[in-house]
Amino acid sequence: MIDRRSLLTRSALLSGALFAPRLAWAAAPTERRLVFVIQRGAADGLATLAPTGDPAYASLRGELADLGGGTKLDGLFTLHPALTQLAARYQAGDALFVHATASPYRDRSHFDGQNVLETGGKLPYDRDDGWMNRLIGLLPGSDAKALALSPAIPTALRGPATVSSYAPTNLPDASAEFLQRVGRLYAEDPQLHGLWSEAVQTRAMAITVAEDNGRGAAAAGKLAASLMTGPEGARLVMVESNGWDTHAGQRGRLANQLGGLDAMLGALRDGLGAAWANTLVIVATEFGRTAAANGTGGTDHGTGGLAFMLGGRVKGGRVLADWPGLSPSALYEGRDLKPTTPLDAVLSGALAGHFGLDPALTARTLFPSGASKPLEGLIRA
Amino acid sequence: MRDSSIALNRFGLGGRKGEAPPADPKRWLLDQFGRFEPRPAAVTALPGSSTLVTMFRDARDNQRDAKREADAAGGQMPDIAPELRPYRALRDAYGQAAAVRTNLALTTPAPFVERLIHFWANHFAVSIDKLVTLGLAGAFEFEAIRPNVLGKFSDLLLAVERHPAMLLYLDQAQSVGPDSMLGQIAARRGNKRGLNENLAREILELHTLGVRSGYGQEDVTELARALTGWSVGGLAQQPLLRGPGPGYWFAAPIHQPGDRTVLGKRYGQSGEAQGEAILRDLAAHPATARHIATKLARHFGGDEPPAALVTRLEQAFLKSGGDLPTVYRALIEAPEAWSGPAKFRTPWDWTLAALRAVGTQQLPALMNASTFNQLGQPIWRPGSPAGWDDTAPSWAGPDALYRRVEVAERIAARAGPLDARTLAEQLFPGALSEPSRKALAGAESPTQALALLLASPEMMRR
Repeated sequence: MIDRRSLLTRSALLSGALFAPRLAWAAAPTERRLVFVIQRGAADGLATLAPTGDPAYASLRGELADLGGGTKLDGLFTLHPALTQLAARYQAGDALFVHATASPYRDRSHFDGQNVLETGGKLPYDRDDGWMNRLIGLLPGSDAKALALSPAIPTALRGPATVSSYAPTNLPDASAEFLQRVGRLYAEDPQLHGLWSEAVQTRAMAITVAEDNGRGAAAAGKLAASLMTGPEGARLVMVESNGWDTHAGQRGRLANQLGGLDAMLGALRDGLGAAWANTLVIVATEFGRTAAANGTGGTDHGTGGLAFMLGGRVKGGRVLADWPGLSPSALYEGRDLKPTTPLDAVLSGALAGHFGLDPALTARTLFPSGASKPLEGLIRA
Repeated sequence: MRDSSIALNRFGLGGRKGEAPPADPKRWLLDQFGRFEPRPAAVTALPGSSTLVTMFRDARDNQRDAKREADAAGGQMPDIAPELRPYRALRDAYGQAAAVRTNLALTTPAPFVERLIHFWANHFAVSIDKLVTLGLAGAFEFEAIRPNVLGKFSDLLLAVERHPAMLLYLDQAQSVGPDSMLGQIAARRGNKRGLNENLAREILELHTLGVRSGYGQEDVTELARALTGWSVGGLAQQPLLRGPGPGYWFAAPIHQPGDRTVLGKRYGQSGEAQGEAILRDLAAHPATARHIATKLARHFGGDEPPAALVTRLEQAFLKSGGDLPTVYRALIEAPEAWSGPAKFRTPWDWTLAALRAVGTQQLPALMNASTFNQLGQPIWRPGSPAGWDDTAPSWAGPDALYRRVEVAERIAARAGPLDARTLAEQLFPGALSEPSRKALAGAESPTQALALLLASPEMMRR
């Protein structure tokens, strides 16, 4: 059960490999592809795409206002310097940012906020299934096989469409004879039988793509890309990125996090090659962080934040923001960036445009307990 | 006989090779309160939190010095051998503590109480993905939770919130009252030092009242103000903040002066007593009783906690002033805990049950960490202060199941000769299914039969 590689993995985890992504995917007979990256922990949109042109920004943020460089996108916004590949995508016109956005959730619990973001519900825990699972049902040939590339399945992918799971492991293979007997042992147990059948099928398919063990940021991007190409390739992939809760020591930690995200997205694009033209990547988080720095070189849980998308069909090179400003009276509850663009309108607009679906139907299906009007013009016709 | 299987598996940590099933399941559970050892020798032999705080400080300072030297030389950090890296000692301390936790669970005379310790350590989760928690996570469980598992909830809460691991994990140690002595000095010098509300929010949301139970942002901020000063000595460079020594310390120079109002009640105490008074009120609050009752009911009564069970536990909590053994006794007496649907075992639960089944007394430290990593539940690393989820969808994934089956074969291969057929009747008295009995009887070898038992549907649930 022990080998040198698993020990290395363990120490890599412990030594603070901040970007330890887990992936999940779903396959469908369309050439269009979706990657949804969830930043768990409330990523700071005000440092990722900093409103350096807002007169209140520097004083609110103090030392954190100095990003150490970055790419000025326009008179108002500067992109964090760790995001070099993303800056290049922006220049090339296929990265689009949406600022001051938020899901309908307005309290500041990570766990409730992620639940709303993933289920597409209006309130935490008002639904059990996730919007990505419901999206599968809208795609042509909706017998689509869905799959989580983590041991368990994240909420966004849970639901009526069957979802399997797979993640790279260091465990030695069990003997074939034993595995067959286990299969028979589970035959009369509906839960275990279902799980087992999915696992056995997926193992057979995934055996060739895990040679780098799927660890690390770039490796995760590469692994995701390799699982999305070829005839059996997945069409819907979810990447979970942890470690965004920067209450203290934000400057260094956030730069590491963003560097990892940038490397993952870059490797994904490289690995997809020509398929990039048919790919939409959406990156979102449960909520933003406080407008002001806190007393410990970090920021606390906030409200409005940043989402962004990239891919060959994104009408990018733009920042969409109905910018509310950061003056004291403009802040939500006197402390947070005020959300002015509903995140569900961004998601339904982009997904309908990308997959050629009816926008109103998409919004109703993904956000059944109350949807905003889908944003138009996010995707090239 | 089915009740003895439930006592062993749902309440306990699984049957152990060579031990007869309990004849009187409820009595067997209740008697464990008297048999439980809060400070066994294996625990007292480990470094305590004051040693671990000092180890962290030394590692941090060594790292800083090495970086300074490297910067001065204009080069990169030198390539240091792994055993000399600054945080190596903390990593080793983590490995030792995790091994002690596992070995206690394998050998304990009170498996129900050990399960409750794991439950509370997960309720008050700290996670080792912060370096500062790496060494301290074990000490947190052994010092704050273990000695209080059979005490009052309020004492457990106070021990937890004062422990260096929690204060450092949720950033409380560095939170400075803006009008405190140090806050004012810093402001005059143009250094912004101030509040961090991370711990205060998680106390309300996760540790006591529960999310959406009626508190607001102002309550979070007021609690954060009251808790300024709850800090850790032995770490700061600044003499004012160094404290009397490594460990919990109330740092008066950073405490925000003045009265506080939390949940509409005014707290006029000064200093440390203010935060303590608020925490004692939170511990006794009806929302806390409901929150704790719901989580316990989910752990023992099924993923959808039965309403009747929640009410029983809530009443026991409120009537006894949060006396935990009273709550546990109500749980043992509750019919819902003996009839509800089986829980899908977490990787931690399943591994313990499998190892206990084959009579393992001690797990090699390295196998310990690696196994729980591969199965998806590394010890003390839930990744968030909410702890691990306690429902089946988080654990019953196809790949997760496949991995267990692989590990089952490995454990069986090392276990030595055992008759899986008699062992199965002992582990699941009166509860073994016919397909499992047939599969064991038809196996091609004793080792394969044992592997099938460890992978069986009975073993996957409790």
